[in-house]
Amino acid sequence: MSVDPHLSGLAGTIVHDVVVPARAPWLYHVAKGQTLRIVDLEGNQAVDFLLYSAADDTERYSAQDTVAAQNNLFLRQGTVLRSNEGRPMMTIAATSVEYHDTIGGACSCESNTLRYGHHTKSQHACVENFLEANLLEGRGKRDIVSNINFFMNVPVEENGALGIVDGISAPGLSVDLRAEMDVIVVVSNCPQINNPCNAFNPTPVRMIVAE
Amino acid sequence: MTEALSNPLAARDHARGQAGTVVEAMPVLPPVADDLPADVQAGAILWEETIAAGGYAGRRLPRGGRLRLIDLKGDACASILIFNAEMPTERLNVADTLKIQWNAYLGAGKLLLSDMGRVLISIVEDDAATHDAFCGTSNAASNSAKYGNGANSGPNPNGRDRFLLGVAKHGLQRRDVHPCVNLFKGTRIEADGAITPQIGPFEPGRSVILRAEMEVIIVIANCPHILDPRKDWTVAPLRATAWRGPITAEDDAIRNATPEGLRAFQNVEDYFRR
Repeated sequence: MSVDPHLSGLAGTIVHDVVVPARAPWLYHVAKGQTLRIVDLEGNQAVDFLLYSAADDTERYSAQDTVAAQNNLFLRQGTVLRSNEGRPMMTIAATSVEYHDTIGGACSCESNTLRYGHHTKSQHACVENFLEANLLEGRGKRDIVSNINFFMNVPVEENGALGIVDGISAPGLSVDLRAEMDVIVVVSNCPQINNPCNAFNPTPVRMIVAE
Repeated sequence: MTEALSNPLAARDHARGQAGTVVEAMPVLPPVADDLPADVQAGAILWEETIAAGGYAGRRLPRGGRLRLIDLKGDACASILIFNAEMPTERLNVADTLKIQWNAYLGAGKLLLSDMGRVLISIVEDDAATHDAFCGTSNAASNSAKYGNGANSGPNPNGRDRFLLGVAKHGLQRRDVHPCVNLFKGTRIEADGAITPQIGPFEPGRSVILRAEMEVIIVIANCPHILDPRKDWTVAPLRATAWRGPITAEDDAIRNATPEGLRAFQNVEDYFRR
């Protein structure tokens, strides 16, 4: 019997294990104390990620509260993902990528028209995935806020120059998130094909929840 | 005093007796300002208000309207939310604002972009240059931890709770308080991602002039920056003056400064093609 390398170091019983296809959304409720592992199966795949409190979904992930509380833009091992009320929602318990992004936002059909040109308007985008998943539970456009981009690299240069650059992820690298409250996780497996965030080629990711 | 106010007409007279009181933080109605730019007609003024330290204000501005904010004493922090007034589900998107302009810092010539690929507001003049699009504002928990009390009803109100009241007065709700930008208090980002706050206090009178590119609702909270290192809750009044102005012309320098920005203006112009 072969050992699944993607489960290495993940304690407890696996309660959910799914491969999210390239370009697709994913929504799942993770209970307090459970751990969500995200595996970048083929490498350099941005995973756009939002969180809502299951008890009150007007409380949601806040990139600004998260970076202000740690005085640093990058999400590393030990980073507490905070809500708009400043409360801990999840903690990055482990990561095999040095850091992750939370300033780059999510691609949308509309922002693609600015960034690349109006010829990209009809391409699929992360905000489409966020909307489709959130609409299933009664949330909508007002609920989409600045997100996390796991496995994505957005450095800020001394003169303020900022951009999505080649990923620092690789096949099989992963991040483990421990839920500090009951949360709703909404993911867009980024379909962007116009910049290096997915190595110009969106690929599947694996979601594993253990308790 | 209790005796004198024991009937409604005495209470009325007492209330009416307060008319004409002038305090530091208040609106001026009708608005007047003796320091409008030379090319602005006196009749074009829309709004003149000094927002209290710890206070907030919300205002609907017409397309082409200008809003000048002055940090009167060098210690204001203008945290700002922006909505498309006729469709408030469209709002400021801080991530797109930075990503589309390929830069982390706000200043003259920069655009504040919506989540629909349009320009809500342009920054037309800025002599402050210390602004922040990363840290957001304070909340009840952060103010309680830092100052002992963060409530609207207490002595140290926090930015988020000010925003909640500000958006509510335009019919909006908790889920409408989106990530904000902060004017006058700044941040710089180090190579390792570390955030260095620029809190001042600065010289008095620094100003920013914004131009509404769409009909917008702007909500401003004036509370200490979330990374203000001072032990005491410290913030100073903020002056807001708005006036009518022309809609941005096709040959406008800011409109044409970058290909991304030009497309954002073209998306605005397309939205108003009706």
